[in-house]
Amino acid sequence: MWRYLMPIGIFVVLAGFFLRGLSLNPRYVPSPLLGKPAPEFELPRLKDPGASLGSEDLEGKVALLNVWATWCVGCRQEHGLLVELAEANDVPIYGLNWKDDRGAALGWLSSLGDPYVASAFDELGEVAIDWGVYGAPETFLLARDGTVLYKHIAPLTREIWASEFLPRIVEQCGSLPCPTVEGE
Amino acid sequence: MIRSYLVALGCVLSLSTAWAIDPEPPFEDPVLETTYQALINEVRCLVCQNQTIADSNAPLASDLRREIRQMMGEGASRGEVIEFLVARYGDFVLYRPPFQSTTWALWGAPVFLLAIGAFVFIRILRARMSQSLEDLDPLDETIL
Repeated sequence: MWRYLMPIGIFVVLAGFFLRGLSLNPRYVPSPLLGKPAPEFELPRLKDPGASLGSEDLEGKVALLNVWATWCVGCRQEHGLLVELAEANDVPIYGLNWKDDRGAALGWLSSLGDPYVASAFDELGEVAIDWGVYGAPETFLLARDGTVLYKHIAPLTREIWASEFLPRIVEQCGSLPCPTVEGE
Repeated sequence: MIRSYLVALGCVLSLSTAWAIDPEPPFEDPVLETTYQALINEVRCLVCQNQTIADSNAPLASDLRREIRQMMGEGASRGEVIEFLVARYGDFVLYRPPFQSTTWALWGAPVFLLAIGAFVFIRILRARMSQSLEDLDPLDETIL
């Protein structure tokens, strides 16, 4: 009896694992940054290389940090939605322009619209490494106290925005648009 | 004739992945270079997940190699580099993940399966041994 049941049992267990594996996404790697303070950074601005954009600019704000580049197809895909979100102005959107060409990036913003309050220009990808970025587009949601609330890897969609971002933003801000300064 | 062979050879060699993806010169200290090579062969490239950053020519892999090289040049140890990477990319970045609550099954499974295999093997062996001693048919010469 055992002789026949054992192989079948092993097969069923393995098949169970494989079946589960089919519906998992190996490209989704959870960020160890979630719930932790966002990494400090300071970079030249894309539009104004003389000025810098960094952690100080994000301080005290519930904000999005969107990692984008002109070589990134998914970024083009989500760009329209970002422009829309910027118009709604619920939370400020900051950009991290990752390993890109300044001219190309500026051209992209002028032709497709600029949803960003400002974009940091990370030519060498050093800040991106600190943020654990591995595949643009990536979108971080940052809390007022500077912790990383959520990270979405892949183009942003309305569904993801509604199910993952909005509830967290509402919880942080109380009301929308998010009040920019609280207390002081 | 020989020249065309040489050209062909050159073409083939130019395709070889062994020609360092890493354009940087090696560390002057051979110990440091060995540690560096061993390390980049254990770090996963998250863009092309089945390659190490030593194998991959993805831009992120080259950025990570540059970062690791820089850290090691400044005297960071292997452990410090690994800590740096795990803090940013998680354990998945390591091809050799640490033994912890989420990975005990991963590390334990081979031992467990080997134990089952050994158990089954010994049982079969015992059964056969007793069988061959007790049930040996003196007329059946084929067994011998």
